[in-house]
Amino acid sequence: MPTLDLVLMIAAMVAILVPTAAMLVWFERRLLGFFQQRYGPNRVGYFGILQSLADLIKILFKHDWIPPFADRPVFVLAPLIGALAVLMSFAVVPMSPNLMVSDSNIGLLFFLAMTSMAVYSVVLAGWASNNKYALLGGMRAAAQTISYEVFMGVSLLGVVILSGSFKLSDIVLAQQNMWYVIPQFLGFVIFMIAGIAESHRLPFDLPEAETELTAGFHTEYSGIKFALFFLGEYLGMMLISMMITTVFLGGWLGPWLPPIVWFLLKTLSLICFFVLLRAALPRPRFDQLLELGWKWILPLALLNLVATAFVKLWGDF
Amino acid sequence: MQQVSTPDLLSELQPWLANSVLLTETTADQIPTFWVAKKDLLTLCDAARYKLDKPFTFLFDLTAIDETTRQHMVLPQRQDFTVVYLLRSYERNQDVRIKVALDQNNKALASVTSIWPNANWYEREVWDLFGIKFDGHPCLRRIMMPTTWLGHPLCKTHPARATEMGEYSLSDDLRDIEQQALKFNPADWGLTPQGAPDEFMWLNLGPNHPSVHGVFRIMLQLDGEEIVEAIPDIGYHHRGAEKMGERQSWHSYIPYTDRIDYLGGVMNNLPYVMAIEKLAGIEVPERVKVIRVMMAEIFRILSHLLFYGTFAQDIGSLSPIFYMFVDREKLFAIVEAITGARMHPAWFRIGGLAADLPKGWDKMITEWLDYMPARMADYDQMVMQNSLVKKRAVGIGAYDTATAIEWGVTGPGLRATGFDWDLRKKRPYCGYENFDFDVPLGTRGDSYDRCAVRVAEIRQSMRIIRQCVQHMPEGPYKADHVLTTPPPKERTMQDIDTLIPHFLGVSWGPVIPAGEAMMEVEATKGSNAYYLTSDASTMSYRTRIRTPSFPHLQMIPVMAKGQMIADLIATIGSIDFVMADVDR
Repeated sequence: MPTLDLVLMIAAMVAILVPTAAMLVWFERRLLGFFQQRYGPNRVGYFGILQSLADLIKILFKHDWIPPFADRPVFVLAPLIGALAVLMSFAVVPMSPNLMVSDSNIGLLFFLAMTSMAVYSVVLAGWASNNKYALLGGMRAAAQTISYEVFMGVSLLGVVILSGSFKLSDIVLAQQNMWYVIPQFLGFVIFMIAGIAESHRLPFDLPEAETELTAGFHTEYSGIKFALFFLGEYLGMMLISMMITTVFLGGWLGPWLPPIVWFLLKTLSLICFFVLLRAALPRPRFDQLLELGWKWILPLALLNLVATAFVKLWGDF
Repeated sequence: MQQVSTPDLLSELQPWLANSVLLTETTADQIPTFWVAKKDLLTLCDAARYKLDKPFTFLFDLTAIDETTRQHMVLPQRQDFTVVYLLRSYERNQDVRIKVALDQNNKALASVTSIWPNANWYEREVWDLFGIKFDGHPCLRRIMMPTTWLGHPLCKTHPARATEMGEYSLSDDLRDIEQQALKFNPADWGLTPQGAPDEFMWLNLGPNHPSVHGVFRIMLQLDGEEIVEAIPDIGYHHRGAEKMGERQSWHSYIPYTDRIDYLGGVMNNLPYVMAIEKLAGIEVPERVKVIRVMMAEIFRILSHLLFYGTFAQDIGSLSPIFYMFVDREKLFAIVEAITGARMHPAWFRIGGLAADLPKGWDKMITEWLDYMPARMADYDQMVMQNSLVKKRAVGIGAYDTATAIEWGVTGPGLRATGFDWDLRKKRPYCGYENFDFDVPLGTRGDSYDRCAVRVAEIRQSMRIIRQCVQHMPEGPYKADHVLTTPPPKERTMQDIDTLIPHFLGVSWGPVIPAGEAMMEVEATKGSNAYYLTSDASTMSYRTRIRTPSFPHLQMIPVMAKGQMIADLIATIGSIDFVMADVDR
């Protein structure tokens, strides 16, 4: 039965997450500016901190336009699916021992299911826009997400074997002696790569590769619907950072500081790392990306799974 | 420079023509020039291309002149149009100019596209701007002007200014016609339909697209993401620069040249003023030459740095462009200190420069030259040695030397194929023979090599600039010549014989002797040449601007076939063009 507490908790989570994602946009732009020998937005408020608010106000007041040639219901639905699927995933993220919406027994599976949902958003947007660039972007997104999803799941199974649970709080608690990043280093790297691919960030931003497809699947979107895609992308980056923290970096565990602080610190450093990646790397070609996925990462992920299982069984005997 | 004299070349060419005689013309630029009868054009071209020992493999330029209002005629008999072919033989290191006279009532000529494939766009341009038809051309349609345009702009009868054209209004009917004209129909482009209609997708890349560097459109026939056919469409940036040349005084046209290759700055002034100086017989002082070389090389670095950054950006690397803009900014500060402007200084003058170098110029340049090598080393690691960049660029958009010459590629794109031909070495102008520098070459002729050659050229340009700083000669910054514009002023207040030419030169502008001259420079993007025809007037009779980017874009279909879209982006990023340089 949903209690009032739970409803309040969900409301609070949404109320915190959405503005945080908006702040993240500003944070990334400033950080990119720092990496690229320029300033970034520094005019609105102290250090430009209100830039996202200004952008949000502007975008809210924009004409909510739907191209006449688009498939209306799908066109409207697509950005909603994206943002909602990502928001739902946050329900199972354990930020601290008491701060989680649901400590589900199948938390990890729920997360994987929700990331798979998110791809519908991109594919449907690409389809419904009835625009060739959007279609190409949507096709790329479908191929990329489906292939990277496979080994995203496989890379997590090593952790599941070691901890013996799909429950995220169990996984965190199982890391008290050693973070899984050490025994599961391969899994960690693979999950990170798959995570970047899932959130469509450079170097895996092919569905919206600006220099090739102008804006890819969201070419025809503007105003609040575009903002939802944007929000989804940044929420996705936060989610992936939080999941890596939870599954591989010991979640809230850490000495001296309160658990939530440890959790946020680890998440923030991962986010900074993602921004650095964006500043540092060029974009591979689409077929090169898929080739890397199927020919290298998938076998490695499977090898990792088999090796982990073997070690686990060896230990039991 | 010219190894074979005109009579020698005449004796080589004449035997191929059985019943007609080649007429010889002498031009100010000493390029052997022959008039051929219209019916013999193809025979002569075929001989020059295939039958001569050391043939003329490269069609450097193809243009026309409307002679209807010309006072100082070259041929005794009346002719209305002249079509001019400039051919080059790399083996001989020699050019030859072939002219054909055409009558107003029969403006048609045989096409040479079967001999030089790059004649295709040049002939379309001549058709578009002069209304001269080319029989046997595969797809003779307008290239610069909209398909709905009436008249042929470079004809003397066509108005040159909006005020001469009457009021313009866009009625609904007209709008519909114009919109209809923009619809893409493959058959209009000489294509025959193949496969089922739903088998392929036509994608319109441009005219507004982040990666086409301006307003440039490529129609792509796609099979999935693979390119089956690519059709470049230009003309969106056409501003009638050549027509404007006929309405500006020789002097006041200089700022227009800045805006042809808008990244090249004073590099564009150089071939223009050199061509006028050739016509006028002005010999510029040594100091002028060294300063010109120095400024031109500074702009080569500025342009190459922008290319380097955008090339990296086109393949998804976001940061390098920002670092390179910082370096360019520092260099622009120097350009501004010297010329007073940044991107378009219009600083060279007929017979000299606008001003002498300011105090402290050498210190600024030396500081920049000392600062830059460390940055270049960083960029090597960030871009050139990056394995993702290599994966995206090595082997992509490759062509060999023969294909490059066939399609009229010049500059770094040609040298990337391993062909050692730099105008500054082979035909030194402006005193380049006095400088010590290397010509960087590639081996594979792919996108990566085109970038690598330019990066190496930045380093060579820095060497040249350092030599300029170390050995800057003293002396005047203007030639002591009556046609120098603006003329040296020292003696004007002393004697009337100097005051009068000074007054006329400043008010009407200089009158350049009749004749024609073409001067070429190794510009940032390839060979840039100005072919000026003077009718002994204060204005040019015909200003032909041969730009490197024009043939480079024509070659895109050759490189694009079979590529993925992402490869095409890397390929066109590696060409280094600006649309102003293509459309003029």
